[in-house]
Amino acid sequence: MTTAVTDTDARRPDPEEHPDAGGPARDGSGGDPFDRDQLPAPPGAPMQLLRSLLRPERRLVVLASVLLLFQQAAIQAGPLLVAIAIDSGVPAATDGDYGPLITVAVLYGVTGAASGVLVYAFYRTLGRACQGVLRDLRGRIYHQAQALSLDFHDRYTSGRMISRSTSDVMALRELLDEGVQTLMTVLVSIVYITGLLLYMDVGLGVATMASFVPLYLLVRSYRRRAGVMFTRRSTAIATVIVKFNETLNGIRPVKAFRRERANDSRFDELNSEHCRLNGGTILEMARFVVLSRLTANVTLAAIVMWSAYRVADGDLELGVLAAAALYVRRLYDPIDRFAMILNAYASASASLTKIAGLLAQRPELAEPAQPKELPERPAAAPGREVVFDEVRFAYRTGGEVLPTFDLTLAAGQTTAVVGATGAGKSTLAKLLARFYDPTEGRVLLDGVDLRDLANPELRRGVVMVTQEAFLFSGTVAENIALGRPDAPREEVEAAARAIGAHEFIEALPDGYDTDVRKRGGRISAGQRQLVSFARVLLADPAVVILDEATSSLDIPGERAVQHAMETVLRDRTAMVIAHRLSTVEVADRVLVMDGGRIVEDGPPAELIAGTGRFAALHSAWRESLV
Amino acid sequence: MSATDPIAQDSPARKRSVVRSLLRLWPYVRPVRARFFTAAGVAVLASCLSLVLPMILRWIVDGPVAERDLTGVWIGGLVLLGVGVLEALLFGLRRWLVARPLAGVEASMRNALYRHTQRLPVAFHDRWSSGQLLSRATGDLQELRMFLAFPLTFLVVNISTIIVGCAIMLSLSWQLALIVMSPFVPLLWVCVSFEKQYSVAARRAQDQMGDLTTVTEESVLGIRVIKGFGRHRSQARVFRALSSELYGTEVLKARMLGWILAVIIALPELVLGVVLVVGVLQVASGALSVGTLVAFTAIALALRWPVESIGFILAMCNEAATASDRFFEVMDTEPPPESAGAAALAATAPRAPAPGAAEEELAEGTGEGGLRLNAVGFRYPDAPADAAPVLHGIDLHVRAGETMALVGATGSGKTTLTALIPRLHEATEGTITLDGQDIADLTRAEVRALVAVAFEEPTLFSASVRENVLMGAVDGTADDEEFRRALRVAQATEFVDALPLGGDTEVGEQGMSLSGGQRQRLALARAVVGRPRFLVLDDPLSALDVHTEARVEAALREVLVGTTALVVAHRPSTVMLADRVALLSGGRVTAVGTHAELMGTSTEYRHLMSGEERDPGTGPEREEVSVR
Repeated sequence: MTTAVTDTDARRPDPEEHPDAGGPARDGSGGDPFDRDQLPAPPGAPMQLLRSLLRPERRLVVLASVLLLFQQAAIQAGPLLVAIAIDSGVPAATDGDYGPLITVAVLYGVTGAASGVLVYAFYRTLGRACQGVLRDLRGRIYHQAQALSLDFHDRYTSGRMISRSTSDVMALRELLDEGVQTLMTVLVSIVYITGLLLYMDVGLGVATMASFVPLYLLVRSYRRRAGVMFTRRSTAIATVIVKFNETLNGIRPVKAFRRERANDSRFDELNSEHCRLNGGTILEMARFVVLSRLTANVTLAAIVMWSAYRVADGDLELGVLAAAALYVRRLYDPIDRFAMILNAYASASASLTKIAGLLAQRPELAEPAQPKELPERPAAAPGREVVFDEVRFAYRTGGEVLPTFDLTLAAGQTTAVVGATGAGKSTLAKLLARFYDPTEGRVLLDGVDLRDLANPELRRGVVMVTQEAFLFSGTVAENIALGRPDAPREEVEAAARAIGAHEFIEALPDGYDTDVRKRGGRISAGQRQLVSFARVLLADPAVVILDEATSSLDIPGERAVQHAMETVLRDRTAMVIAHRLSTVEVADRVLVMDGGRIVEDGPPAELIAGTGRFAALHSAWRESLV
Repeated sequence: MSATDPIAQDSPARKRSVVRSLLRLWPYVRPVRARFFTAAGVAVLASCLSLVLPMILRWIVDGPVAERDLTGVWIGGLVLLGVGVLEALLFGLRRWLVARPLAGVEASMRNALYRHTQRLPVAFHDRWSSGQLLSRATGDLQELRMFLAFPLTFLVVNISTIIVGCAIMLSLSWQLALIVMSPFVPLLWVCVSFEKQYSVAARRAQDQMGDLTTVTEESVLGIRVIKGFGRHRSQARVFRALSSELYGTEVLKARMLGWILAVIIALPELVLGVVLVVGVLQVASGALSVGTLVAFTAIALALRWPVESIGFILAMCNEAATASDRFFEVMDTEPPPESAGAAALAATAPRAPAPGAAEEELAEGTGEGGLRLNAVGFRYPDAPADAAPVLHGIDLHVRAGETMALVGATGSGKTTLTALIPRLHEATEGTITLDGQDIADLTRAEVRALVAVAFEEPTLFSASVRENVLMGAVDGTADDEEFRRALRVAQATEFVDALPLGGDTEVGEQGMSLSGGQRQRLALARAVVGRPRFLVLDDPLSALDVHTEARVEAALREVLVGTTALVVAHRPSTVMLADRVALLSGGRVTAVGTHAELMGTSTEYRHLMSGEERDPGTGPEREEVSVR
């Protein structure tokens, strides 16, 4: 009979891992960078990241830039040709000389066609470059997530990690997808048009450039004001989303406790706040568009007026007037889009900063430079010997979790570790699994330091099974074969059979080929644990570490899991973080931990007979069983 | 994920209904219709003003400039300035008119969606993931606001601009006008067909993105397993493959975009070249003024965007129609009728029986006290017709003041049965009575006021501990003494007092995170606060440690005296709270009796309570199978 003895939640990272985090409170007032979702990244890291992402694509980027320069040269020749047509073509044609007109017309056609072809080439080239950057970035985040320690994952939380690789990459994608082409085009066209205006008439060119000053000020003030409003709006929508999600995920209690009306009014409040801020940002955008359009139109009127005055005065050619009018309109055409690019740029750079912070983290566990191999294991020998040699563990921030200790686990021995939350049980287990490296001392597996083992070799030696039996999308068979993806089907089934999972798997709609995420593939908590034990059996490690689930199943379920666990532990060196009396009773040896120290050590029967903590714990366990 | 979204994109039936889908938005737009239509009118006016600018240019060139009339230049310039300023102000006016109202439309639709989903049955929520509903409340509604702000207005604006522009050009020179207009139809056709192809590619990219996201999420959520077993190579392989696929689709999209831009840029330029030749010849022969030629090129330039954008605008309309369908897909799901009995009564009598009235009737006692289930059956509405019902022919009587434990193997329907009593699910057969009153004759709110529930998964909301607990009281309020009593029963006093702000500490998603056991104790306090007459507890002590469990049980025993309670139990210690036990097996109640009686008579019960094998040979795993 079994009973859960600790009052912890499997989904929450064990608080004992963060003695420096100041208890379970998420008060956010501390200087912990994790709470503020800002990881320390060296200044300039975002730009450095961007550069390193662009480096492999630099040929494409250079090619795209050259293509753009030619394309814009071709397209911006248009109004100039109109000017020539009016100023030279018309008088010549009046005199019966069609030469200049034909030249201009042919040039116009050629530049038009060329700009079309070039724009295609430009988009294609830049598109490949940008998508290459995104693919590279996604890959880097993915591999970084795999490489970082569990401790990091616990503190960073899965939600943040996922939003780094989804919504933050998406923000950058939006900028690269639509923004970069437009931005480059706008910048090049500004340079060309200004140059052409200066070439046609210095005065007109300078006048046009003068209008850039108010436009620049407008852009700057918009960025500043919109930045603040966007942040406030995104905070507001986030609270709306949280409320929405909370209601949907707790729909049963919402209904059972008749929360509908109270929720309505609370949601209305949050939603109205978002509505207000949303309207505010739209108005901010409107303000920018109106003021910039106003500047553009005033500039246009001024330039036309001035040049018309000069043409009337005989100081300027008529064609130049026409060309100037066309150019100025072209120049200010993309202003509206410019505001959108600014928005995209603002959110992309915020995302890039967060991603750079994540990528700047160095994985704490280094792969060995010269990996060693584990000694051959005689076929009959059960497990491998584990030695903790003068091991001490402290967090880098200073908190000591495990003071120096020695511990030897004989090959084939099952050791149960018990103790209160925060006693250091899971740190001990994580050192053995090499999720952490000891601050001092060595952890040896058959005499080989864990740090000298390459990852695949290490996982052939030691496997850790954690409380939550996570199933990946895919078939049940694939999930069992996780530790040995190339295992033939017979071995997968044999492992499931030995664990006692075969019957329920066969009863699923497609047996072993049932997709666990599809309808009908629903697998209960107890069954998940069985699948996860089958995984271990198939992976066949010499040492297995088991973090027992605290939440209880019904009694037949518990028995099935208990039986499966005993199968897994057989003929292996095993360390079990035990929460159940029945588990402790099958162990060869019990370690009682308190405050990071091993305070009792011995076979269960011996400890029970004594008067120590384990004896007290054991009698409480016994009493709870009816 | 997006790949499995219920709405199919390009079925022929959908195309016909785009307009109808969009018209359904009218009730939400109606309150702001005056501003909305004014804004559209302003936009048409502003857009037409931009066509007037070239005409002024023409007048300046042909008039004052040609005649060297300097005052005329001034006047022309000032008119140009005035029109320019007016155009900018009108654009601003349009945006100002609709900014707040359209944000309001979005908000009112979100509010309506939220209210509606709260009132849809639990069965609906079992079918729909919160992600699907959330994407409707955020992405789709934003898209609909954008649709009202831009594509809808600009469809009208651009078409009228094209018509006005063509009219002006025709009046200036019909030959040149025809040349300028010649590429309009092919351009329009190219743009519209491009948008169709492009949206297919965009949809594919979105799906591939969704698949990639799934892999990423799993690799993060399952990081402990991955670390425990070494790197998950097949997962990394899948990631690489999906990542390359996405890259391919995105590059294809970029190429398509480049192609359409090439056409959009080159075609009008070529036509403009022809206009230039013909125009210059006409100017040379004196048939056309220079100013008209300048105006022509300017107008042709001004009309390019309206023509090019039609394809893009139609695509946005199409997407908005999809968003609208997705929104109304939820809104069209009817909340279940309150109750057949209440509806019938409401037709004859002015009001369904009030809870007070019901209570009086109950107090007299009709001999039917307590909780009674009569031939109750349940099957999920979306279950296949040949599937066995989850519950069938359940007859159970929990006497007034009695505590009944409900025991059964995984998948036997215990949780479903408990959901029927507060009418989270509606029994599909039979009747359930509370002290003789059929719950189908009461409104849901009345039933839920009578019955307090604690669920297996203890959910706390983002609110203070006090608010979370007092939710269980009839009108959400109770005095402090009652709050403290509920905490005491659940053995939660100690840890609640240790919280930074005690009972006023915020908990839930936005507040402090509590352990599973602490949450379970608060959920229990919520159920017992306000001394409910009926109590339904679904394995309320599963996450508690041994000592706390014993203390909670002792306190709970006192509460259960005088309360009619149904308690789902997995362990003998929980069963001990009950006067009698009902054994649920395969959707039926197979035995009722005291614990001792059932231990003696039922092998299945013995198996569940002690783990004793029922018959050698079949493993205990058999009961574990739950395929739903």
